Amino acid sequence: MIQKQKNFISSYRKLPPEFNIFLVLLGIALVFEILGWIFIGQSFLLNKRRLVIMILQVSVIGIIAVGVTQVIIMAGIDLSGGSLVALSAIVAASLAQNSTYTKAIYPHLTDLPFIVPVLAGIACGLFAGFISGSLIARTGIPPFIATLGMLVSARGAAAWYNNGKPVSFLGDDFTALGQGAWPVLIFLVVAAVFHILMRYTRYGKHTYAIGSNEEAARVAGINIVRHKIIVYSIAGALSGLAGVVTAARAMSAQAGMGMMYELDAISAAVIGGTSLFGGRGRIAGTLFGVLILGVITSGFVFMRIDAYYQDMVKGAIIVGAVIVDHYRNKKMRNKDKDT
Amino acid sequence: MNSEEKKIILKTEGLTKHYGGVKALHDADFTLADGEHVAIVGDNGAGKSTFIRQVTGVEIPTSGKIYFDGNLVNFKTPADAKKAGIEAVYQNLALADDLDVPSNIFLGQEETYFNLGPFSFLNENKMFKQSIDVLAKTGIKIPDIKITMNNMSGGQRQCVAISRSAGFASKLIIMDEPTAALGVQETKQVEKIIRSLKENGVPLIMISHNLRQVFNLVEKIWVFRQGQIVGCVETSKTDGNEIVSLITGVKQGVGEEASFI
Repeated sequence: MIQKQKNFISSYRKLPPEFNIFLVLLGIALVFEILGWIFIGQSFLLNKRRLVIMILQVSVIGIIAVGVTQVIIMAGIDLSGGSLVALSAIVAASLAQNSTYTKAIYPHLTDLPFIVPVLAGIACGLFAGFISGSLIARTGIPPFIATLGMLVSARGAAAWYNNGKPVSFLGDDFTALGQGAWPVLIFLVVAAVFHILMRYTRYGKHTYAIGSNEEAARVAGINIVRHKIIVYSIAGALSGLAGVVTAARAMSAQAGMGMMYELDAISAAVIGGTSLFGGRGRIAGTLFGVLILGVITSGFVFMRIDAYYQDMVKGAIIVGAVIVDHYRNKKMRNKDKDT
Repeated sequence: MNSEEKKIILKTEGLTKHYGGVKALHDADFTLADGEHVAIVGDNGAGKSTFIRQVTGVEIPTSGKIYFDGNLVNFKTPADAKKAGIEAVYQNLALADDLDVPSNIFLGQEETYFNLGPFSFLNENKMFKQSIDVLAKTGIKIPDIKITMNNMSGGQRQCVAISRSAGFASKLIIMDEPTAALGVQETKQVEKIIRSLKENGVPLIMISHNLRQVFNLVEKIWVFRQGQIVGCVETSKTDGNEIVSLITGVKQGVGEEASFI
């Protein structure tokens, strides 16, 4: 009997750490399922349309969250995601306008192939990330401050770009990127690529090493400055991609887009098991974290509960996730002392 | 006089490091022959660790020259020193706690399938196998090397740190307080590793506060005091008293009852 129990415990331990998060996701979904049958009289999960909308809504957050996850694993933080969405969306949209619209921002640059605005949006995010990363790596200022500065400046730049006016009348092949399953597909591809990068390449290994013990990484000969700049640039580029998708989905872009997206992205990473202390976390966990946010949002809508409650619950879940992480860390440190 | 016939592996001339107004290291002339094992001793703040940091490229000296393996070198980063063949084991162990043993042993010099810069795919299999070989050399048993460092004992961690430097074909190994945080058994293991390095002819610089260990392990002792080198004596021609008086600057050494002898 005891042997059996031990086997169960050891086999449980061998499961990937994402399993716990998956159970939480399942649990929350089941709660809404049960509440749905009791109060609304219909199923929450067995509704294809609802599930599709749910995943669509969180895809943009998910793309940012992947970039933020690798930054947090490196014991950094990136607050600029939401503002970069707005800036990249506007820049991309300004190059995606069609020639039928006479008041285009760049009258000579209309009807361009869709790849031009896409790359411009990504490059815009990449450049902003490069600036944040360079500031953090070269001057040694806290990532919180550097990216907070970027959050404010990028939002300002987004408003300045077209004098605060929205950019619309975008080409069809550009806006197609935001329709149907495209945002979900882009998110899943990004998540898969970065899961592989973080798990199997030197890039990932060095990111974990810097987050775990920066001094150790430095004396091991890792070029910390260069690596940090690359990681923040990639996070910026992913926010840029998220901006492109947002503009394509909304078929227009304006400076107020992506407000607070950075907080949802950080939440998704933390709920997904990424440690704010650095060194620990996985993209797969973030994927589940993003889905948990999606289930909560769509569950509250489904239950016809006020959006205010939704934010309150979301806040509580984020704090809860950090408390769990904090205790896990403490336990590990105590274990060190024992031995 | 044996050492003078041998090749000089490391030599510093007038090595100086100032932190603002603090003269942490002043005008240090140091030589080390190939295959030689030496210890650096001194009180806290004597400049021992500062000296090591200049030689391993962790810091850039204020002035002075470093010759390594016959060449004038100018290390800008620890990576430069590593490339030249200097491996260091640091006091704080410098391990990434969230990574497993192979990742720590190969940190900064991972084995990869193709070289795609930072995006090279890691050859985990090869690193795993080589880690087992390297650890076998040190004689330390770690049941499962795929677990992360924060699940290991102090001795196991130290041995991983030492294996990392001893495992690669290095021309010089530097250890800062290799047994400071270890128990009796673990200290013995580390000393065994150091002796095997001696047999293999790998030169070693060791910082230690443990004079018994110093006398047992090395043939030459360099004494630092207040940022300067105040003496270099051969272990066979000295005793604890002389070393202590050099360390403290007091002519008459302390009695045999001193706890640190």
